[in-house]
Amino acid sequence: MLTEEERRDIEREILQNERKRAAAVEVLKIVQKHRGWVSDEIHDLAGILEMTPAELDAVATFYSLIFRKPVGKHVILVCDSVSCWVMGYEKILDQLTSRLGIGLNETSADGQFTLLPVACLGACDRAPAMMIDEMLYTYLTPEKIDGILEKYR
Amino acid sequence: MERPLTGNMKPDRQPLTLKEYEEVGGYQAVHKALRMAPPDIVDAVKNSNLRGRGGAGFPTGIKWSFMPMGSDVPRPKYLICNADEMEPGTFKDRLLLEGNPHQLLEGMIVSAYALNVDIAYIFLRWEYRLAAERIERAIAEAYENYYLGKNILRSDYSLELRLHVSAGRYICGEETALLNALEGKRAIPRAKPPHPQVSGLWGKPTIVNNTETLCNIPHIITKGVEWYKGLSHTKDGGTKIYGMSGKVKRPGAWELPMGTSMKELLEVHAGGMKEGYQFRGILPGGASTDFLVEEHLDVPMDYDSVQKAGSRMGTGQMIVLDHKTCPVGMALNLERFFARESCGLCTPCREGLPWIAMILQAIEEGEGQPGDVEILEQQCRLLGPGNTFCALAPGAVEPLQSALKYFREDFERGISGRRNARGKRAHDNSWRRFTLTTNPTK
Amino acid sequence: MATIYIDNKPYEVKDGQNLLQACLFLGFNIPYFCWHPAMHSVGACRQCAVKQFRDEKDTRGKIVMSCMTPAADGARISIDDPEVKEFRASVIEWLMLNHPHDCPVCDEGGECHLQDMTVMTGHSYRRTRFRKRTHRNQCLGPFLNHEMNRCIQCYRCVRFYCDYAGGRDLNVFGSHHHVYFGRYEDGILENEFSGNLVEVCPTGVFTDKTLKKHYTRKWDLQTAPSVCVHCGLGCNTIPGERYGKLRRILNRYNGEVNGYFLCDRGRFGYEFVNSKERIREPLIRNKDNGALEPASEERVLGHLSNILYFGAKVIGIGSPRASLEANFALRTLVGPERFFPGISEKEHQLTSAAIEILRKGPARTPSLRDVALSDAVFILGEDVINTAPLLGLALRQSVRQKPMEMVKRLNIPLWDDAAAREVIQHEKGPLFIAATHGTKLDEIAARTYNGSPDDLARLGFAVAHALDPSAPAVPDIGEDLIPLAQSIADSLKSAGSPLIISGMSTGSEAVLHAAATIVWALCRDNGNAALSFVMNECNSIGLGLMSGGSMNGAFDLNKAFDLVEEGKVDAAIVLENDLYRREDREKAERFFERCKHVIVIDHLFNNTAAKAEVVLPAGTFAESDGTLVNNEGRAQRFYQAFVPEGGIQESWRWLRDAMTASRRPVQWQSLDHVLSAMANEMPVFRTVAEIAPPAGFRIAGQKIPRQPHRYSGRTSIHANISVHEQKPPDDSDSALSFSMEGYEGMPPAPFITRFWSPGWNSVQAVNKFHCEVGGPLHGADPGKRLMEPTVSGEISYFQKVPQAFEPRKDELLMVPLHHIFGSEELSVLSPAIAERTPKPYLAISREDAGRLQVDQESELEIVISGRTYRLRGIINPSLPRGVAGLPVLAGLEGITLPAWGRVGRKA
Ligand SMILES: Cc1cc2nc3c(=O)[nH]c(=O)nc-3n(C[C@H](O)[C@H](O)[C@H](O)COP(=O)(O)O)c2cc1C
Ligand code: SF4
Ligand code: FES
Repeated sequence: MLTEEERRDIEREILQNERKRAAAVEVLKIVQKHRGWVSDEIHDLAGILEMTPAELDAVATFYSLIFRKPVGKHVILVCDSVSCWVMGYEKILDQLTSRLGIGLNETSADGQFTLLPVACLGACDRAPAMMIDEMLYTYLTPEKIDGILEKYR
Repeated sequence: MERPLTGNMKPDRQPLTLKEYEEVGGYQAVHKALRMAPPDIVDAVKNSNLRGRGGAGFPTGIKWSFMPMGSDVPRPKYLICNADEMEPGTFKDRLLLEGNPHQLLEGMIVSAYALNVDIAYIFLRWEYRLAAERIERAIAEAYENYYLGKNILRSDYSLELRLHVSAGRYICGEETALLNALEGKRAIPRAKPPHPQVSGLWGKPTIVNNTETLCNIPHIITKGVEWYKGLSHTKDGGTKIYGMSGKVKRPGAWELPMGTSMKELLEVHAGGMKEGYQFRGILPGGASTDFLVEEHLDVPMDYDSVQKAGSRMGTGQMIVLDHKTCPVGMALNLERFFARESCGLCTPCREGLPWIAMILQAIEEGEGQPGDVEILEQQCRLLGPGNTFCALAPGAVEPLQSALKYFREDFERGISGRRNARGKRAHDNSWRRFTLTTNPTK
Repeated sequence: MATIYIDNKPYEVKDGQNLLQACLFLGFNIPYFCWHPAMHSVGACRQCAVKQFRDEKDTRGKIVMSCMTPAADGARISIDDPEVKEFRASVIEWLMLNHPHDCPVCDEGGECHLQDMTVMTGHSYRRTRFRKRTHRNQCLGPFLNHEMNRCIQCYRCVRFYCDYAGGRDLNVFGSHHHVYFGRYEDGILENEFSGNLVEVCPTGVFTDKTLKKHYTRKWDLQTAPSVCVHCGLGCNTIPGERYGKLRRILNRYNGEVNGYFLCDRGRFGYEFVNSKERIREPLIRNKDNGALEPASEERVLGHLSNILYFGAKVIGIGSPRASLEANFALRTLVGPERFFPGISEKEHQLTSAAIEILRKGPARTPSLRDVALSDAVFILGEDVINTAPLLGLALRQSVRQKPMEMVKRLNIPLWDDAAAREVIQHEKGPLFIAATHGTKLDEIAARTYNGSPDDLARLGFAVAHALDPSAPAVPDIGEDLIPLAQSIADSLKSAGSPLIISGMSTGSEAVLHAAATIVWALCRDNGNAALSFVMNECNSIGLGLMSGGSMNGAFDLNKAFDLVEEGKVDAAIVLENDLYRREDREKAERFFERCKHVIVIDHLFNNTAAKAEVVLPAGTFAESDGTLVNNEGRAQRFYQAFVPEGGIQESWRWLRDAMTASRRPVQWQSLDHVLSAMANEMPVFRTVAEIAPPAGFRIAGQKIPRQPHRYSGRTSIHANISVHEQKPPDDSDSALSFSMEGYEGMPPAPFITRFWSPGWNSVQAVNKFHCEVGGPLHGADPGKRLMEPTVSGEISYFQKVPQAFEPRKDELLMVPLHHIFGSEELSVLSPAIAERTPKPYLAISREDAGRLQVDQESELEIVISGRTYRLRGIINPSLPRGVAGLPVLAGLEGITLPAWGRVGRKA
C-alpha cells in the first residue's frame, strides 16, 4: 500500500507529464525514494498510471537504477568504466568487498550496504569514483574507503 | 584565447545565478533572437559550422533545417537537450551543467525559438545529482524572470521547459531511445527513418541536441558567425571542450579551439604522462572510438582529421592507455560495459557483445583458445555500422578492432594457457550476475 | 509495379513493399524472425540481411535489412553475396549461443522456424564454449507451455499479444541479453487470442499445452483442410490426427476470413472429438429395461426401416451446427415441408430477418479482411470478443485505419510497424459500441453506451435518423442520446468504409432493423458501407438459407413440437441437435413424451440422445466432409481429417442408409452426389459444389495426401491385430487420400492439408502459398459467397421504433451474457476450455443490487419462465437499471432470452 505522502508526490508528478504513462519512471523513483526499492507497489502504481503490472514492470526492469529487489540502507554505486578501471577501480572494489564482506550486486548482512556497478559517472578526471546514495566520492584510494564507509555506519 | 563556454565559470565551480549570468552578458542572445526571424537563426547556426557535440558530429544547422516549420505542422513540437552523458571517459556535459546551467537554458530558449518549439526537455542522467539541483534552480529563476513560460519577455513566443531525470542505462543517450525513455517506455532505439525531426516525441517533430551543442548557440547569436568560426583552428566552428583521463599528470577538461592537436592536449594541458608511465595508445573521443597510437599524436582534434587517422572525434574526451595497463583488460572492460548496456533489441548487439566479452575474459585469464582472436576480428566486422539496429554496437567494437590491430601480441599472449601482461587472473564476471535489476521472474 | 534486381536478374514486384516481402513472394528464401506477415517489420532480429548496391557500378554494396528496405524501382540487391551470407549465418550463431539445442525433447521440433532458418543459413558448427544463460519458466494456464530458455528474443510474442491482439498481461522484462518474455507473475494468459503465440513464436517457447497431453510430431499428423465449428465466423483450420485421436488445431490461412490467426476457443476447443461422451456405435433402446444398448449396423437399419417405412409421418429436425449436406439429407428424407431447422422460434425469426436484410441490400456483408480495413465502426448489441472472437481481432486492426493516414502523410511505409506505431501513439479510429453491458472492446472504443435491447434499437434508429431525416425519428428520445447519435452518425458519414455490426445476441429484431436502417442510410451516398451480423452457430446462415426458402420463415422448433402434440407425427429424426438447449425444458420433455419414435444422429451423448429410441453415431467436423456457411454467407468446405474407429459415419451417410433401408429412392454414393442433388433442388446452393474440385480430381494422376511424406507409416501400434501393414482407407468423397502417397507439390487452395514447402517445415511455410502478404492463396481463397445484395434503387427503411425501456418494479429483464469459454456447446467439453469456463452467476446492475440489497457473490434465487435457479450474484456496473445479465452456460440452457425474471436473495 502506498502511503499518503507517496500518493501526493505521485499525483503531483503525473500532473507534470503530458500522458500518465510518461510518468512511469518518475513514479517508480518516488516509491524507491521512500522505500529503497520497488516491490509489489507495482500493482498500485500501475493502477494509478492506467497500466497493467506487466506493462509497468516491463519499464521498471529495463532501467538499472530502479531496484526490483531489496537493497541495503545505502546503495554504493562503484564506477566500473574504463577511466576508473585504468586508475585502479579493482583495488577500490577489492577494498569495498573485503570491508563489507559482499560482492557486487550483494547486500551486506546487516542490511546497511548494497554494492552495485554503475556506468561511467562522468568523473573520469577524478577517478576512481563512486557514489553512495546521492553523494559522489572521487580520487578514491583503498585507504580512503574505510573512512567513507564509517560515515554511513 | 577566448573560452565562451567556460570562460565565465567561477573558479570554485559554483554555478552562476541568473543575475551573475546576466552581468557577464548572459541572456543577451534571447533578447536578440526574439527580435530575429527564426529562419535567420537557423541560417546563422548553419553558417557557423557548428557540429553536434554528442558524438556523431552532425552539423547542427542542417539537422535543424529538417524540422518542419509553418502553421500546418503537427503540434506540439519539441526540443530536447541530451544530458544523459554516460559515454565512458566523458565528463564535459557535467562541467557545463554544474558550472553554468543558465548558459544551457539560454541556448535552449534561443534554439526553441528558432525551431518554433513549444516544449523543451532536459534529459539528465540520474547520477548527476548536483547538476539536477542546479538546473532546477536555474529553471525556476528563468521562469521568474520571464525567460521561460508564457510570452517570453513579453513577446508572442512561449516555451515550457522541464527537467527529466532518468534512471540509468547508457542506451538512453541514443536520441531515439531517449524519446522512448521520455515517454515512460523501455528505452529501445527507434528505427530511422522517420527521423525524430519528423516523428519524434509522441510522434511529433522533435530536435535532440547535446548539452555542449546547445551551450554554443547563445554565443553564435550574440557574437556572430564570423567570430564564432574564428575561434576554431579548422573549418568546424567554435571551441571544443576536450578532456583527458588515465595515467596523465593533470587529468581534466579544457575548452580549446576546435582542432587543437592531441599532442598539445596531452603534453601541455594534461602535463604529459605520469611519472613512470609511458604512452601506449589513446581513445580520442570516449569509449566507443578506435584506439590511436603514438604516430597519430599530431592529428588535430576535429571531426574530419580524427576520422582520417582511423578513429572518431566522438565526444573529444580522451582516455590514455599506458604501458603498464593491459590492452586486453581494457578491451574487456569496455566490451563488458557495452554488453551490459545493450538494450536487448537486436541480435548482433545483444548476443555478440556478451560473447566478445566472454572471449576477452578467457584471453585475459590466459585461457584463450586458438581461433579466439580471429573470432574477435570477425565479430568486430559483423557488428559494424548498418548491421545493427543502432550505433551502440558499431561504437562498441571500435576500440576492440583497433586494439586487435595495434596490440595484437597482447591478445595472442592470452591464448592457450599463457598469462596476460600483468600475469593476473582477475575478473569477477559480475555483469553476468547483476540480478538486481534484470531478473524479472523475481 | 517496380523492377528490382536480385543477383543481377530483373524482377517485377508490386509497389509499396519491402525487399523481404518482395523476395519471399518471388520465391526466394531469405531467413527472418522478427518480421511477420501480419505484423510486418521492426528490424530487430537482423536475420533478413541482404546486400544492396547503389547502381550497376557499385561492387562493394552495403548490408541492409531487407525487411526495413523498400523494394523501390531499380533497387539492386544480392542474396547470395558471400559477405551477407556470412552475416546471416552469424545471426544464427549468435542466437544459438544461448539456445538450448533441445530439439529432440522440444515440442516445436520438426516444425520449428528456428530449425529451418538454421539450416537455411548453413550455420552448423558450434564455436562457443561458454555457459548459457537460463531462465525460469512460468505457468500460463491450460493453453500454453512456457520454456523461456529457447527464446531467441525476436519480440514477436509481445508484438502479437500486446500490439496486435490488445493483450496487456504479457510483456518483455529486463534488458541486454537478459530479456524475458512472460507475465508479471505466473498466471493464466488473459487474452482470447493467446494460442496464436504457438504459431507466432518461431521456436519452442510457447507451445500448445493441449497437444502436449497427447503429443505427436507434425510429420506424424494426418491433417485435412477444415473449418472451425465453434462460432459463426467459419475460420479455416487444420486439425491434426494420429491413431484415432485429434491432437491439435492449427490455423489455415484464408485471406478473406481468418488470415493468420485463430481464437483460443477455436484452437483449443477441439477435444470434444476425443471426449468420453462420444457416441461411438449405434444404440437401440431395450424395451424391457429402458436402456440404450449397442446394436449392429444391420440391426439398426432394420429397426429404422420399421419406423421410417414408406408413408410414415416422419419429421426431421435439422441443426445449425450440422453441415449443409447433413441437413439437406435429412430434408430429402422427410420432405421439405416436414423439415424443421431445429432452432427456437425467436432464433428462427432473427436468422430469417438477418438473411432477408443481407439479401435485400443494398449493403454488402464484409469478409473479416474487409472488417479490418473499415475506418469507422458501430457495434450495435454484440459482445464480439465473446460471440465472434476473431471479428473482435479484426476490429482491433480496424481502429488503426484512420490514424494510418498520418503515417501515409509522413511517407512512412505502412509495413514499417514500429515507426507507424510511434506516429500513431494512442490515436484510434472511431469505434462505437452500444451493447447491453460493457464489453472488452470498450477499451478501444471512442464512445460506448449500455442499454436494454429496446434502447439499443432506439439509439440505432436515432443514428439512422441523424444520417437521413427520412429515416424514422425516435419518439421521446432522451437528451443524452441525441448528441451521441449525432457523433456516431458524423463519424460514419465521414468514413470511407463504414461498418455496422449487429447480431443475434440481444434477441431483438428491432436491433437488427435499426442496424439495417443505419447502413441503408449510409448506402445512399457511400457504396462501401457494410453490415455484418454475428450469427449463433457455424452453419446458422446455411440452415437459414435452406429452411427460409421453403418455409417462409414460419417453421421453427415450436411448430415441430405442435405437430407432435397434435399427434401428426410417427417419428422424428433429430440431427446433431440438443433440443434442451433450444427450448424450455418442459417443452422438450413433452416432445419426447409424445413422440413415438425419436431417432438421434449426433456425436455426443447429451440430454436429447438420452431420450432417443435410436442413436446413430455421427462424425464430428474432423471425421466428416461437408459445407458450412458462415455469417458472411460464405460457404466453406471442410474435409475429414481421419476415419474414426467404430460405427461412426457422417450424418448424411446415416440418413442415406436410412432412406435406402426405408425404400426411399436415393442413389447417393459420395459427397459429390449429395452436392449435385442439393444444387438441383435449391438454387441458392448452386455454387456450393464448386467450392472445391470434385472427388475425381487428380494432379498428375495422383490424389493429395493427408499425411506428410515423412509420416512414420510403419509402427507396431496395430501389431496385436495384424503384423501386416494395413491398407489405408479409401476416400470416395474427395481428392484427398488417407496416406502419405500422392502429389507432393502445392495443391489447389481448398485442398491445403498443411503448410509445408521444401526448407520450410514450420507454419511460416504459409508464405509460399500466396503471392502477396495478406493476399489470397494461390488460385483464390477457398469458399463461395452465397449472398450478395440484390437490389439497388429505392430503400424502404424499417419503420417500427420500439418504445423506451421501462424498468419493472419487481422483475428484471434478463439478457444473455456470452462467454468465449463456456457458451458454446461443443468446445466446453474440451478440458482446457472447461478450465476457463466461469461458474453460472447472475449479473445485476449496481442500482438493482442496491435496491435488492444484493452484495457481490451473494446467493440469489431467480425465477424465469416458471423455473427457479440458484445463482451467485455479481454486480456489473455497466448494466443498465432494470436489466440483468444471465450467462449462456451449461446449467442455464434452454432459456429464451431476453425474458423477464424475478430475482430475490436466497431465503
Ligand atoms: C549508444 C549511444 C549513446 C549515446 N549517448 C549520448 C549521450 O549520452 N549524450 C549525447 O549527447 N549524445 C549521445 N548519443 C548521440 C545521440 O544519439 C545524438 O546523436 C546526439 O544527442 C545528438 O546531439 P548533437 O547533434 O548535438 O550531437 C549517443 C548515441 C548512441 C548511439
Ligand atoms: S518467446 Fe518466442 S516470440 Fe517471444 S521473443 Fe522469444 S522467440 Fe520470439
Ligand atoms: S526480419 Fe528483418 S530484421 Fe528481423
